[in-house]
Amino acid sequence: MARTIRRDVIMQTYSAKSGHPGGPLSAADYLTAVYFNYMRIDPNKPHVEPRDWFIMSNGHCSALSYALLARRGFFPPGYLLTFRSTGSGLEGHPNRHKTPGVDVSAGSLGHGMAIAQGLALGTKLRGLDQRVYINLGDGELQEGSCWEGIMAAAHYKSDNILATVDYNDVQIDGRMHNVMDLRPLDGKFAAFGWKVFEGEGHDMKEVLRLLDRAHGAMGKGQPVVILFHTVMMKGVESYEDDHLWHGKPLASDELCQTALKELGYDQTPQQAVESYGDLDTARREYHELMGWPIP
Amino acid sequence: MVKTGQERWTYELTRKAYGETLVELGHENPRVVVLDADLSESTLTKFFRDEFPDRFFEMGIAEQDMVGTAAGLALQGFIPYLSSYAIFITGRAFDQCRQDVDYMRTNVKLAAAHGGISVGKDGPTHQSMEDLACMCACTNMKVLVPADYHETIKAVRWASEYDGPVYFRLGREKVPMVTEESTPFEMGKGHIFIDGPDGTIIACGLMLSEAIEAREILEEEHGIKPRIVNMPFLKPIDEEMIIRCAKENGPIVTAEEHQIYGGFGSIIARVVAENHPVPMRIVGIPNMYLSSGDPYDLLEIAGLTGRNIAAKLREILS
Repeated sequence: MARTIRRDVIMQTYSAKSGHPGGPLSAADYLTAVYFNYMRIDPNKPHVEPRDWFIMSNGHCSALSYALLARRGFFPPGYLLTFRSTGSGLEGHPNRHKTPGVDVSAGSLGHGMAIAQGLALGTKLRGLDQRVYINLGDGELQEGSCWEGIMAAAHYKSDNILATVDYNDVQIDGRMHNVMDLRPLDGKFAAFGWKVFEGEGHDMKEVLRLLDRAHGAMGKGQPVVILFHTVMMKGVESYEDDHLWHGKPLASDELCQTALKELGYDQTPQQAVESYGDLDTARREYHELMGWPIP
Repeated sequence: MVKTGQERWTYELTRKAYGETLVELGHENPRVVVLDADLSESTLTKFFRDEFPDRFFEMGIAEQDMVGTAAGLALQGFIPYLSSYAIFITGRAFDQCRQDVDYMRTNVKLAAAHGGISVGKDGPTHQSMEDLACMCACTNMKVLVPADYHETIKAVRWASEYDGPVYFRLGREKVPMVTEESTPFEMGKGHIFIDGPDGTIIACGLMLSEAIEAREILEEEHGIKPRIVNMPFLKPIDEEMIIRCAKENGPIVTAEEHQIYGGFGSIIARVVAENHPVPMRIVGIPNMYLSSGDPYDLLEIAGLTGRNIAAKLREILS
């Protein structure tokens, strides 16, 4: 599934000629596991509670959110190719009013942790069993507001929060540890009172092992975080681990072709586009889902 | 001689009205929750804290986190009221106000204490004269400045019934009790507080009492009887009332405890200019930082007095 998700990300940025492929490919493996193996959500009844919540706090990884939601059944995958286009529900950064399954709008970095904390407090006040998942970029943690939320989550013993950090050590201007060194991240979270897990974020066996252990640690008076060591653009070997791909789309046929090939797809970009089916049909279905006027 | 200030009015804290009304709402509606950032003794959310400790969240000195957390609680179906000083909510946490409250249309009530320069002795770092411009620029936000104790009660109650983002201001000092329990209050509506034929003074917040004093000065000293309009809502603004006043009474003076750039007067001037241009004067803080000092001294320095409002109206009436 993670391979399909990766192709969805590639094809979204190819179609849009815009967007961020790097982060989505780096978080693709562990978030596919979260969405398909752990989150208690029902695409047919997204608002029926209790249910788990998810925040993509680094909202520029929207292409990954959309791919996961589409493949999880929230809307037709064919609609992914409208990514970032005028009038599309799939905005550059997630908008909870426009995309089924997006719980929280995000974009400006450093907001998610506070919102996760509010959701966690609300869950407890209501006496419900709901988990709050939040994905953070490692660079995002340079925002001071993240640490306000990290502090508050420990203070309020919000043990239904599971945070994942996409620890790829890459941000727009270069290596995270060169731009503004945040190491040691494990020590920082632990000092703030969190239960910390750390490990490799691409080997699915290791990812599932970490997620199992982290879920086992929930409900014990501490918020839980997993620092997933990842590689930006993972899966497209020629572009891996290069900060240039943080916010650079696979805009040309040539770039897209290379990416598809290295992901293991024997397709031209055009063939890949065609494999998503008829765009007008997907658009019509999406508009029906949202209760929007049918185009 | 026209009586002004302490001789004229009885005074009360708007934040007291806020604190007391929150407790009432807490009893009436279990969805009401309150957050504060280490200022509950000052914003008077402590009344709610003591009555409903489980529904009160102390967030520490972390305003950005408080606003985001309130948004999360709103997503869970609660009605969060959060408080800090106006300058910290709208200055420190503007990004959260915009993204998490306004853009996401979460049902958060931003109750901003210590608005304006009448904060006084803490000085310009704690005086808020840009907050209304910031909040009115937010697309979904409803923005209001209650005039006094009774109007604050109505504003706090109304906010719990309205589903969406609200920003309202409270002051530090006791302010004149100008309105009564029976005074009309409706979202987006101003009302004629005292009628008269000679121009209009439109005021919000603390400036309503100054506008009334202006009218008394004008009447006693010059026989001029302006209409006084109380307009607590900056957004939505009562366009109908403004246009009506321009058509019926001509010249308009606006009065606000806010920077003249982008505040109450600017909003009203747009409505007047687009619909029925008449001479106008905007009484507000004239693009200057004040200083520490007695609140009423500072208002005097900035020209936010009945006498100055009266003088401005005379300029454009003649």
